[in-house]
Amino acid sequence: MIELATDIAFAALGLGMIVVLIRVVRGPTLADRILALDLLTMLGTGIIGVFAIRSGEYLYVDIAVAIVVVSFVSTAAFARYLVSRSER
Amino acid sequence: MTMVPLAAMILGAAFCLLAAIGMLRFPDIFTRAHAASMAGLTGVGLILAGAGIASGDLSVAAAVIVGIVFIALTAPVATHLLTRAALKSGVEPAAPTNIEK
Repeated sequence: MIELATDIAFAALGLGMIVVLIRVVRGPTLADRILALDLLTMLGTGIIGVFAIRSGEYLYVDIAVAIVVVSFVSTAAFARYLVSRSER
Repeated sequence: MTMVPLAAMILGAAFCLLAAIGMLRFPDIFTRAHAASMAGLTGVGLILAGAGIASGDLSVAAAVIVGIVFIALTAPVATHLLTRAALKSGVEPAAPTNIEK
């Protein structure tokens, strides 16, 4: 039961990562790529959460929360970089 | 009882997949930002909530609540910062967009 449900969730998240990677490669502007990378870290966090449910090792939840924090900081830094690059 | 966390997890994964498809299909960054920020709270939040319920452990549930509150506070801020920076750096909205100044 748990194996089947986590397999479905892994498949959905993996397919989503492939689709977002297409946007990272194609994205016409730098802002599109930053947004796609932000979504990519969110999907990675989801994969870690699903793996925590599958393996029963709930320490992985702490790792997922830590990755969410770092993802916010990196997106804010990239936004600042985008503004400062356009003002030059 | 074991069905609830698995259902939440699959629902969250489906939201993440929908956000990824929206990322590919929407025409410009300002519409794609809607899809991307949806994956944060509904997708990852539901998956983490499923993990918290499945553990049955209060310390794991506390970490999950902290994570969900953090996502709810920061995901709109990050999306707004990024779209504002994109608008300031001269990214044009898609053709059907109508801006009234």
